[in-house]
Amino acid sequence: MSAMTNHPGAPLISVEALEKRFAMRQTIVGRIAGRLPLAVHALNGVDLAVHRGETLGIVGESGCGKSTLARCLVRLLEPNEGRVRFEGRDIGELRGGERRAFNRRVQMIFQDPYSSLNPRMTVRQILGEALSVHRMRPKAEIPVRIAELLDLVRLPQDAAGRYPHEFSGGQRQRIGIARALAVEPDVLVADELVSALDVSVQAQVVNLLLQLQDELQLTIVFVAHDLRLVRHISHRVAVMYLGKVIEIGPTEALFSAPRHPYTMALLDAAPELDPGRRTRRAATRGELPSPVDLPGGCLFNTRCPHVFERCQVERPLLAERGGDHRAACHLADFGTPAFEPSFTAAEPA
Amino acid sequence: MRAIEAPPQRSWRSRFKVAGLPATLIVGGLVLFASLVLAVVPSLFAPYDPAAMDYNSILAAPSLAHPFGTDSFGRDVLSRVIHAYTIDMQIAVFATTGPLIVGVIVGALVGYAGGLAESIFGRIVDAVISFPQLVLVIAIVAVLGPGLTNMYIAVGVIDWVFFARLVSGEVKVQKRLDYADAGRAMGYTPMRIIFRHLLPNAITPAIVYWMTDMALAILLGSSLGYLGLGAQPPAAEWGVQIADGKNFMATAWWISVFPGIAIVVTGLGFSLFGDGLAELMRTKK
Repeated sequence: MSAMTNHPGAPLISVEALEKRFAMRQTIVGRIAGRLPLAVHALNGVDLAVHRGETLGIVGESGCGKSTLARCLVRLLEPNEGRVRFEGRDIGELRGGERRAFNRRVQMIFQDPYSSLNPRMTVRQILGEALSVHRMRPKAEIPVRIAELLDLVRLPQDAAGRYPHEFSGGQRQRIGIARALAVEPDVLVADELVSALDVSVQAQVVNLLLQLQDELQLTIVFVAHDLRLVRHISHRVAVMYLGKVIEIGPTEALFSAPRHPYTMALLDAAPELDPGRRTRRAATRGELPSPVDLPGGCLFNTRCPHVFERCQVERPLLAERGGDHRAACHLADFGTPAFEPSFTAAEPA
Repeated sequence: MRAIEAPPQRSWRSRFKVAGLPATLIVGGLVLFASLVLAVVPSLFAPYDPAAMDYNSILAAPSLAHPFGTDSFGRDVLSRVIHAYTIDMQIAVFATTGPLIVGVIVGALVGYAGGLAESIFGRIVDAVISFPQLVLVIAIVAVLGPGLTNMYIAVGVIDWVFFARLVSGEVKVQKRLDYADAGRAMGYTPMRIIFRHLLPNAITPAIVYWMTDMALAILLGSSLGYLGLGAQPPAAEWGVQIADGKNFMATAWWISVFPGIAIVVTGLGFSLFGDGLAELMRTKK
């Protein structure tokens, strides 16, 4: 972990009260009865800042809205409420050349290495297209640049003439990284970059990403559900639950002294290698509530072991709890609920 | 050209390979190549002038002099079958290529846009497939008047819908894949994403259907020729020839049967070729 935890100045990306709903298909009966159309509430007021040069990890269970957030960050999805600012500008208002410039500077790497590359284009065509559309190099220099990009992601030079199906999953992710890097972005949004890969390959791809971050001064938003991985690579971590960031803070502080009961449960649920440290304690009660019909008050009140009356009526704010550490929990107003990890919180991977 | 279904993805015929290519592709290709040669230079192969009447051998049975026999005007059936390749292959190509191009473009745009465009297109599809296509084409030809040009117009008005439906369905699948999002995140224009990224992955069924459609076009052209709405006598065209022979089926079967066989063989050639093409163009995973 480098010394990037201090970040003076304005954030590079800031997310303000972001809400995203996906309307569900209305039944004919519902329409006649005049019922309001239902919607999946994927994001319910996300606030977040990403600072230049840092790696921000975003974790949460599947269905918590992490991927939706990632797609809003690169404007693949338009939010219903709130905004994403890049260098202070609302990205929803960028048009034409400004929008293309934003696309160039904020790139995404996708989860599925099999569907994220066009099966009918060679690697040379995939990279060359990005280079020529954004006029990154004069035409004559494009082959040279493609060779450089392949070197950068440690792929052999003969990869250029081949099609995606000729590569393994890990190699395909490298091609995806090379495509994103072709346009020399400032920010990489990696949505579950390695979750589709074998564990042995995961480390290679993640370490490549970290090396590239050093070499190219990249800012990275790393969306994942693997806590150990996020801890390994992030300067700061945001924990999401039901479409909201419920805790965010410097990685070590968050992992060693979590302030939100959900974060505690999540850390507690992470599988432990040492059998002596395993626990049989249930981390949380019940199931994840439906994102169609959200609980009132605190979103976590249906499963929280420390729930009390105020949690049923008032949604807690994501408030500063000291040292750049924020948590959205009423209990944190009175100090932190006791966190007794069933594992010891040392040893970053 | 009639009610459509997605072309079969893999048939037993496609599994035989010759020199790494599907056997169906080679056999179909040979038949089509031979058909094209006959269509371009029929006089090199036809033993007689297709319009020459020989009153000394009217309704003559197949013999060495006339291998396919002669018709009621004493015209050589073999020569007429060969010369008909010119018109019938022309029907196959002309009647289907326009609809292919229009259908692919419209289908790609509609599939990508979705929403209102898709709803409107859906109603057009409903309107077209609720009639048997032959009936629709006959109705249009009846209004415009008989003849090949009007037949092309009538077919074109309807046939693009089937290509568009195939392509729009495929594009709808492809546009949800991550590589389409990757293109959007790159800031590529919708036109670039549709025609450079999605369409190459979505066009295979349309190309395969195009082959089937050419066979169906020959069938439709012959049907209209038979009914007197397509190619006009005395032109040598298989449908016209079959109509010529219908009054002599009991005594001179060869007038109708040999053009019929030509239709079957050519249609089979297109079908086999399309089958082989489907096999060849299948995306490797």
